[in-house]
Amino acid sequence: MKRPPVLDRAAERGLAPLKGRRAAHLLPQARLGGPMPWVIAIMVALTVLAAGGGLALANLADRARGELAGSATVQIVEADPELRTAQAEAAAALLVGDPAVAGLAIVPPENVARLLEPWLGAGNAEDAVPIPALIDLRLREDADEATLARLQTLVADEAPAARIDAQAQWLSPVLSALSALGWMALALIGLLAFTGAAAVWLAARNALGSNRDTIEIVHLLGGNDAQIARIFQRSILADAAIGGALGLVLGLLAVWLLGMQFAALDSGLVAGGGLETGDWLALALVPLGAVALAVLTARFTVLASLRKML
Amino acid sequence: MSAAEDEIVRFDNVGLRYGTDREILSNVSFALFPGRFYFLTGASGAGKTSLLRLLYLAQRPSRGAIRMFGTDVITLPRERLPAYRRRMGVVFQDFRLVDHLSAFDNIALPLRVSGVREADLRGPVTDMLDWVGLAHRADARPATLSGGEQQRVAIARAVIGRPDMLVADEPTGNVDPEMALKLIRLFEALNRLGTTVVVATHDVHLLRKVPDSLIMRLDKGLLSDPTGALRYPPRRVGAGE
Repeated sequence: MKRPPVLDRAAERGLAPLKGRRAAHLLPQARLGGPMPWVIAIMVALTVLAAGGGLALANLADRARGELAGSATVQIVEADPELRTAQAEAAAALLVGDPAVAGLAIVPPENVARLLEPWLGAGNAEDAVPIPALIDLRLREDADEATLARLQTLVADEAPAARIDAQAQWLSPVLSALSALGWMALALIGLLAFTGAAAVWLAARNALGSNRDTIEIVHLLGGNDAQIARIFQRSILADAAIGGALGLVLGLLAVWLLGMQFAALDSGLVAGGGLETGDWLALALVPLGAVALAVLTARFTVLASLRKML
Repeated sequence: MSAAEDEIVRFDNVGLRYGTDREILSNVSFALFPGRFYFLTGASGAGKTSLLRLLYLAQRPSRGAIRMFGTDVITLPRERLPAYRRRMGVVFQDFRLVDHLSAFDNIALPLRVSGVREADLRGPVTDMLDWVGLAHRADARPATLSGGEQQRVAIARAVIGRPDMLVADEPTGNVDPEMALKLIRLFEALNRLGTTVVVATHDVHLLRKVPDSLIMRLDKGLLSDPTGALRYPPRRVGAGE
């Protein structure tokens, strides 16, 4: 028998990292593998879709709110057409001189009639029912209640049939619905994140079980919890990166196709819900979040399991 | 320097039981000193493996006190235990090689765990493979190695980090007498380099192969000391230093 090699005390006694390829060596290939990249891809695609929808709805609501915030409508509800026209002109003359008013336009009666055509039918609607005169008012600031009340008082003497309403007030139920949809998208993203974390947790536990012998050996050779957790983090990192990239491509493709479909509707309201450059960048960050979530979940799962060992 | 300061392991009235079963080890007290060669003997079921598990920090006792390398390892936080495990080499009864790693990578494992750079571990691992006569099987997976070869890989893995203490559980249990003797010579060679060696075996013939060895005998969980070299005034737990 040969003499044993006189080895230096190469093994340092302090805690040292076990990372990179040497860590990858310790678990066999496909350690967390199997369906995990696909599960993460589906989660990321659905999250991108939900986030894309939520961002588009938020943009839509913001744009509508912004356009309507400084707008108000003056209605002259007067049965006598001549008196109605006179009051409309008097109100317009008074309002245009007010410092709060940026501009106004009396809506031509034929335009109002056209707007009402779906309900009152074609022809001379005025014969069927008195149609109010409308003044489209643009204010310098938001149309708050105090300003509207002051303008109402201003025109009250010359145009007693005038009624001033903020345009945003009419759309508030729509904006509330959009806001609810936005929150629902956010809740969906939260649920997807939770489901993704649960899937990683199950996969990590499964991998821990099937690699228990290796883990115990590394543990007994002096490997610490952080080193062993790092082995699993590395495994899930690869799976999550592949799944995240695939999911991002699928999700972005779906968002883009849906955007094209809505754009084809050529509706003013829907067209306002497009995504901006910042939104696309935010969507591109979804897989990074998924990777971070997966790695952290794997780390905490493994550390929690290792704490049960001495 | 007093004996107590010199000892690297000290068990005081250690007891071990699993659940509510009777104690597997009862009132075990002994001290191990650096550079000595110890045999732990006893019939199957006497508690040898349990005692070794306490030694290589795979388990805490149910009662009693254990000091290793001057530190009370019973109250030591678990996150500090790896540093003490790195000071020991363990040869498990069933080898416990990592199936998907080659002989080279199995032997390199303790060095990798300790953070030795790849460039620095190739030489020592190659030397160790050569030492155990397996240089030509460096790339072989454990499943393709014979029992004796696996045993030698397990021993090489246990000693590659030049541990302060080597613990071997029935290291000759699965090999023929000739290979058993070779393995004991390996341990002796390591012992001559200063490593304390503890070998559990039920093969009484092996004891005679290492003339200067000290013998601990376990019988139904009770430790006896036929060579007398382990004795020191046992202290009762809680009685103070």
